[in-house]
Amino acid sequence: MCLSKVKTMEELFCLSENLKGLLDIKKGKANIAGTMEISVCGGTGCHASQSAKLKDELVRFAKQYGVEEKVKISITGCFGFCEKGPIVKISPDHTFYTKVHPEDAERIIKEHIVEGKIVEDLLYVNPLNHERILSQDQIPFYKKQHRVALRNCGLINPENIQEYIANRGFLALAKVLKDYRPDQVIDEVKKSGLRGRGGGGFNTGLKWEFASKYQSEKKYVICNADEGDPGAFMDRSILEGDPFSVIEAMIIAGYAIGADEGNVYIRAEYPLAIERLTIAIKQARQMGFLGENILGTNFCFDIFIKYGAGAFVCGEETALISSIEGNRGEPVVKPPFPAEAGLYQKPTIVNNVETLANIPVIILDGAEEFAKIGTEKSKGTKVFALAGKINNVGLVEVPMGITLREIIYDIGGGIKDDHEFKAAQTGGPSGGCITKDHLDIPIDFDNLSSIGSMMGSGGLIIMDDRNCMVDIAKFYLEFTVEESCGKCTPCRIGNKRLLEILTKITEGKATMDDLNRLEELSNIIKDTSLCGLGQSAPNPVLSTLHYFYDEYLAHIQKKYCPAHVCKALAKYQIDEKICIGCGKCAKNCPVNVIEKTDKPAKNPKLFVYKIQQENCIKCGTCAKNCPMKAIVLL
Amino acid sequence: MENDKKKFDELDEYIKTIHATEHELIAVLHRAQHILSYLPREVQEFIADRLQIPVSKVYGVVTFYSFFTMEKKGKYVINVCLGTACFVRGADKIMKAFEDRLGIKNGETTPDGKFTLSSLRCVGACGLAPVVQVNGKTYGNATIETVEQILKEYEGE
Repeated sequence: MCLSKVKTMEELFCLSENLKGLLDIKKGKANIAGTMEISVCGGTGCHASQSAKLKDELVRFAKQYGVEEKVKISITGCFGFCEKGPIVKISPDHTFYTKVHPEDAERIIKEHIVEGKIVEDLLYVNPLNHERILSQDQIPFYKKQHRVALRNCGLINPENIQEYIANRGFLALAKVLKDYRPDQVIDEVKKSGLRGRGGGGFNTGLKWEFASKYQSEKKYVICNADEGDPGAFMDRSILEGDPFSVIEAMIIAGYAIGADEGNVYIRAEYPLAIERLTIAIKQARQMGFLGENILGTNFCFDIFIKYGAGAFVCGEETALISSIEGNRGEPVVKPPFPAEAGLYQKPTIVNNVETLANIPVIILDGAEEFAKIGTEKSKGTKVFALAGKINNVGLVEVPMGITLREIIYDIGGGIKDDHEFKAAQTGGPSGGCITKDHLDIPIDFDNLSSIGSMMGSGGLIIMDDRNCMVDIAKFYLEFTVEESCGKCTPCRIGNKRLLEILTKITEGKATMDDLNRLEELSNIIKDTSLCGLGQSAPNPVLSTLHYFYDEYLAHIQKKYCPAHVCKALAKYQIDEKICIGCGKCAKNCPVNVIEKTDKPAKNPKLFVYKIQQENCIKCGTCAKNCPMKAIVLL
Repeated sequence: MENDKKKFDELDEYIKTIHATEHELIAVLHRAQHILSYLPREVQEFIADRLQIPVSKVYGVVTFYSFFTMEKKGKYVINVCLGTACFVRGADKIMKAFEDRLGIKNGETTPDGKFTLSSLRCVGACGLAPVVQVNGKTYGNATIETVEQILKEYEGE
């Protein structure tokens, strides 16, 4: 792509006007020539399901059928509907094909593009009435969503800066440089009520104001893209689908606080996001949005990528800064806050990817417009990574104040395999669970805190009656113990002890004393740890203790796991009434603990079998091999 | 040995081009691991020398981050995702199946140097959970049966 430098604001306005038509077809405008566009999802989920090969096949068949002039085929960012990937969208008619494989490429070209017929069997099927749905906006998954941070994901080609410019790209930057003093930018962001989307929920404008007040010849803007919460992937999707928004927002932030350098701290586990961001930065430099004298002003700003190396604690801002400086990612005591002494001891702001993606919209549409979305104290939208035991796994952006019921049943399509909803975990290893009783409270920062959970970065894991809550708490503790940096004692040793108690409970070896110690120790760790990681690590324990106390009691007093998850407490039993005495269980038992009894089976020549519980290793082989399904897990 | 020297030269070249100081240590380690596939003692000493920092500092950083490894990895690295989305869909059973089948534990390498079994936390492909990656190639919706298929695919090679 040949990109020339945009030297003045007038040039940008002119370019913006000229490029406007670039997205017409994708936005649904039919044209006389009948040109069509095929957008293939290039997000990590779809990418893993061969979407790149699919795109190549589409191109190949377009040539073969002689329609390469009529149809433009490109990769876009994540559509969010990962459960049904790979996704292919055809414009201008917005036909939405799901689970498309490279083998389907020929049919799409031949039937849809050449013959103008819909490929029926690739359309999404509404699980409620089994009807096929033609276009994206009719699919329930999208109906209640409100896309602000994800506005360009699935629309623009993330490797083409012109498509970003065509959708109001860099106009927010121009507006700021032309009409706003730095303090006016900060006021606007403050007025919007935007709060940090990375977990803390601190007012973004205030954070900028603090950093702007400190005098220094060097200041930094850091974008925190170290998305460590396992099960959350919104930042990755934004960087993969719309890296330019984040770049534009960082430049605006730099102007507001008086910084000339930005760093994106990104996980090394996200190769695709790194690649797209690298391309985007290069294109932004070529066009002069990064570098010296941006848009003909005196303002200079550039962005560099810094790689993380797999440490959850680096999501904490002081640990992150320490990591960028080339050290172990250990947090330090605040104050001083990074706004005063951050990277290389200079004033620094650290903003999360999703937070930044909102900035251009706030500037362009105004703070009031943005503040119309959401609840009183939580403005705007939130992107959630919906995963776990839910039908529609994917990325959803919803207005603050929506209820969990709407997210699970309207957007998420209900619980997988028609099981019963048990709990949802927000905030990952730092958060807590939301139960059935709270399905109808409006989700925002303050409501979630009040019920012992937290907004967190936006991981939303749905659990059903097949998940054991003690096991889930143990899972999160294993994670925190592994990820604790080891600097402070409560986190390093305390969490390890918590994990030991939880392990005892799941093995049926714990007493009521252990249960009391579990709660006491959790509270001590919360109060005395150095950074956010340790202070929030016991949250999953406290939250499950509070809402699922009975489940803990069942493990301790009855030595019973209600969800049949904890293996040590599982017990296989042969139902004597069903057993036909075939002996398959005994033959397949790897530890020979199944014996023939002297009780006759249905066929009186054969005898029923019995499992000797003491030495059973609970592998379940017997149950799998029983032709009568007579062996049950208690 | 000759081969190794070439690799060290490549690393040296990189350090010179980016004018690396101690602040670029993590970037240098990333490149070193990319070139040499792991970071044994000699590599850490080499980097410490070039960046003029104590070896203890390099060692401290290498051992802090889970991405860096001091052990030589097998030809095929099997990564089972143990992120939350994969976990609630039974990733622990997938890990167990690999362990049983290969006769090694998570984090170990088979004696013939063919497979390394390890885990990671969330590749972001939660729609495909549980997920297994072999040398970067992703296998979604893994089951006990796919464990067998995946191993067969690589065992022949």
